[in-house]
Amino acid sequence: MSALVEIRNLSKIYERGRQKIEVLHHVQLDIEAGDFMALMGPSGSGKTTLLNLIGGLDSPTDGSITIGGQRIDRLSESALARWRSTNVGFVFQFYNLLPMLSARRNVELPLLLTRLSAAQRKRNAAVALQLVGLADRAAHKPGELSGGQQQRVAIARAIVSDPTLLVCDEPTGDLDRQSAAEVLTLLQQLNRDHGKTIIMVTHDPKAAEFAKHTLQLDKGSLVAAAERAPA
Amino acid sequence: MKYLQLVWSAMFRRKTRTVFTLLSVLAAFLLFGLLDSVRSAFANAASSVAGVDRLVTVSKISFTMSLPKSLLSGIAALPGVAKVTYANWFGGIYQDPKDFFANEAVADNYFDLYPEWQLSQAERTAFHNTRTGAVVGESLARKYNWKLGDKIPLQATIFPQKSGANTWTFDLVGIYRVSNPKQKSQEAIFFFNWDYFDEARAFGNGNVGWYITQVSDRTLAQQVADAVDSLSVNSDHETKTQTEQAFNAAFVSQYGDIGLIVGAIMGAVFFTLILLTGNTMAQAVRERVPELAVLKTIGFSNHSVLVLLLVESVLLIVLGGAIGLLLAGVVVDAVRAAVGEAVPMTRVGAAIWLRGVGLMVLIGLIVGALPARRGMRLRIVDALAGR
Amino acid sequence: MARSRTRSAGSLIGSLIGAAGAIALLVLAPWWLLLAAVLLLALWTVATRIGRQAWSVTEVGLATIPQRLGAASVVVVGIAGVVAVLVALLAMAAGFEAALMESGTDDTAIVMRAGAQTEINSVLDHDSATVVAEAPQVLRNAQGQPIASAELVVVAALPKKSSGLDANVEVRGIGERAWSLRPGVRIIDGRKFGSGLRELIVGKGAHGQFAGVDIGSTLKLNGQAWTVVGVFDSGDAHNSELWADTDVVAATYRRGSSTTAVTVRLTGADAFDAFKAALTSDPRLTVDVKTTRAYYTDQSASLAKLIRILGVTIAAIMAIGAVFGALNTMYAAVATRSREIATLRAIGFRGLPVIASVLYETMLLALLGGALGAILTWIVFNHYTVSTLGQNFTQVVFAFQVSPPVLWIGLRWALAIGLIGGLFPALRAARQPVTAGLREL
Repeated sequence: MSALVEIRNLSKIYERGRQKIEVLHHVQLDIEAGDFMALMGPSGSGKTTLLNLIGGLDSPTDGSITIGGQRIDRLSESALARWRSTNVGFVFQFYNLLPMLSARRNVELPLLLTRLSAAQRKRNAAVALQLVGLADRAAHKPGELSGGQQQRVAIARAIVSDPTLLVCDEPTGDLDRQSAAEVLTLLQQLNRDHGKTIIMVTHDPKAAEFAKHTLQLDKGSLVAAAERAPA
Repeated sequence: MKYLQLVWSAMFRRKTRTVFTLLSVLAAFLLFGLLDSVRSAFANAASSVAGVDRLVTVSKISFTMSLPKSLLSGIAALPGVAKVTYANWFGGIYQDPKDFFANEAVADNYFDLYPEWQLSQAERTAFHNTRTGAVVGESLARKYNWKLGDKIPLQATIFPQKSGANTWTFDLVGIYRVSNPKQKSQEAIFFFNWDYFDEARAFGNGNVGWYITQVSDRTLAQQVADAVDSLSVNSDHETKTQTEQAFNAAFVSQYGDIGLIVGAIMGAVFFTLILLTGNTMAQAVRERVPELAVLKTIGFSNHSVLVLLLVESVLLIVLGGAIGLLLAGVVVDAVRAAVGEAVPMTRVGAAIWLRGVGLMVLIGLIVGALPARRGMRLRIVDALAGR
Repeated sequence: MARSRTRSAGSLIGSLIGAAGAIALLVLAPWWLLLAAVLLLALWTVATRIGRQAWSVTEVGLATIPQRLGAASVVVVGIAGVVAVLVALLAMAAGFEAALMESGTDDTAIVMRAGAQTEINSVLDHDSATVVAEAPQVLRNAQGQPIASAELVVVAALPKKSSGLDANVEVRGIGERAWSLRPGVRIIDGRKFGSGLRELIVGKGAHGQFAGVDIGSTLKLNGQAWTVVGVFDSGDAHNSELWADTDVVAATYRRGSSTTAVTVRLTGADAFDAFKAALTSDPRLTVDVKTTRAYYTDQSASLAKLIRILGVTIAAIMAIGAVFGALNTMYAAVATRSREIATLRAIGFRGLPVIASVLYETMLLALLGGALGAILTWIVFNHYTVSTLGQNFTQVVFAFQVSPPVLWIGLRWALAIGLIGGLFPALRAARQPVTAGLREL
């Protein structure tokens, strides 16, 4: 059975002026559908870079990334954009909600790229907000919500177009203990009950405990080999 | 237009800044509305569609010199001439020299050559039958509250009466109306009988100021004009005949190149506006780099980010500009109501709006070009990392 | 806490009053008062502690301008635009006025037919002209002849160099004593016209604006050929005219022996009232008598006023736009420097130095903009010659006068815009809670 995400010989080299910095060295990785994986490592280890590549935000210097049977490293920028809109949802450390839009409209954003009518968009956004437990806060602006609530709105936005993959970069990095727990529980729920494949970068071992298994990255290479979760 | 909500919310991210920018745009287009109104008035004065049918004959030296009345029969006999009439500039003053309006002594059939002026048959007859009769335009009558039957005195500045008196008194027997809004300024003329004028004037008797000839066929206009002038060639009263349109254009051009002055001022205004709003727009995009990056991560293409930013800047200018033009319209109407013809201004109508909106869109695109390009090109990864 | 709040409220009110006073000063005061105020300000900056604080904060702010070049240039260019347009239009009005006003003095008078507002509308017969010249208040020359010139003003059509279209030009027939009447007139090229001949001399202004009036050219006046033999400079509105022998002009235009007006030199400016009384009460005459100064001032009054009103209105609207541009820029400047400002205030700098520094900065930028606009206009427009329709339905040639008074008005506007544009951001900077600013760290 082939994995959802197949990474072969992945390398990423950044050029800063004359210097060439190799951030990822020949990474091999398989991620099964329905997995909840935590990616950890010291700063500078390349974990955010790996996440960005899996999420289709960047292109590798060498190697291949196949997601759902599609070679995304071969896609052009505009094709990648289209691919992202239907296949990936992002959750960031600093939420990155649009401050002038209400929670509902923030969640609707990905749906603007579809052909759904206004009424349908509204319905789908309501469903997503319901799922994260913030249906009653739909009309509030981010400025009126706590950190944890904002992150949950961000998660609702990430799942509203029903992508297969959820990519999270330090989702609890800016939250207090309790909000962090709420958010991580939500992610678990999405993984167990709704089958979302989640890849989460974190530096907090306690957060990694919520995942099914953890990978370590150091100086651009995987320290622990990929473990296949029991089917 | 589901993206409109997105653009709108982006515009008002910083309310105060946007409001100030809108006010600057408003000021610029208020000025545009006012100045273009003046420029159009001058341009309109020089163009009158009906004016191609009529020829104006004045002394070749200057229209301030007179011509003998004897020319009338000669002109009327020329081929291609349908009607001929004549008139004199009087230049009298009503009460206050500052409240000046045109007043002219005209031949009986003058109104026959101006069918676009509406005057009832009864009033025409009254004018014909009353030696001291006068016919004025409706806007003039309204301004001074004149009614039919009023006695109106004018102080002569050029033509005193034989008796030595300077005051000429007339009886108002008719009021004419001009229907074409572009030619409304023609409603501000005071006409009286040439016969009375010639009889009572102290000097210059038997001389007229100008002739108006109506040609039977528009295409013959130049031929007829040349024929009229040849009647007086080498005499002591050489004439210059041209279409009314050409005559008006030449007259207006004597004031100076109004179009150039207006263009220069508006150039300065729009230049500073572009700089101002360009800076604001650039600032706004700089601040929103993380948000633009997020849109791209969600799947918005580079192209759509470009379009969103351009729409935002065009919308900003159009919004401010439209309010400015509306305001200009109000001010122009108020000024026209207050001073009438003293300052020539056309209403802020379709033509000015069309030019204005065109400029707004153009300026919006210019202002938004660089910031939008920046937004289009920003790399997601760098932007998210704060670089 | 409460005490410091009262103190800051006090400094706030103080600054508001100071600013209002400054605006009033800028707009209304004469130059020496402003100079005194500037000197006082300089003294305050150097001598008092707060003044020095204000200056050091300003220096810090000015040092960051290279990073904010785009925003700073908005203030400078925006204000430069306003000043350029204002100065240009005021210079136009001043030039038009000057061209006409300089044509008149208090000791010369012009006599026209009663009721005629301008020379071209006037007609005086020969006998009346003689009576006027014989009046006792008229100065006589060494030969005992009255310095009076019975002149005949007619109109000719000539093509304008700029448009190629015909425009009307004044042709003035002058008598022999016209030269002693107008001692300032010089022939700058060619020679005077010969008496009794169909010869013309052209005013400097007319020479520049019209085609076909070079020395040696032939013009047709009323069907007769005339030759241009010289160019003169009278230093006033007469530069827009063509001069010739009165009798020959009269013959060409079939005026017989009548003239349009008589201009005389009086024994003195004080003789005018007696002169006017004598003529208006004389039963043989129906005339209007004015000093030439009054006559020409009236001619230019309405158009000059119109141009001024237009200039001020246009500049005012532009200024409003510039004010909002400045406000935007300075609010942004204050926002980006809120950290510095908060730190300064935490250290102990009071509200006033902060306010003063923002104001200094804005007004320095405004001054730069004003100077830029003024210099630009001066370079492009000073002595730029144009002509337009005058009261006689003839062209009046005049030059833009970008004079010091006009430039000064422009600078004042610049400073006022800078003051208003800087005031509110300055107040915001001073009143922002220190803790909020520090949190930006």
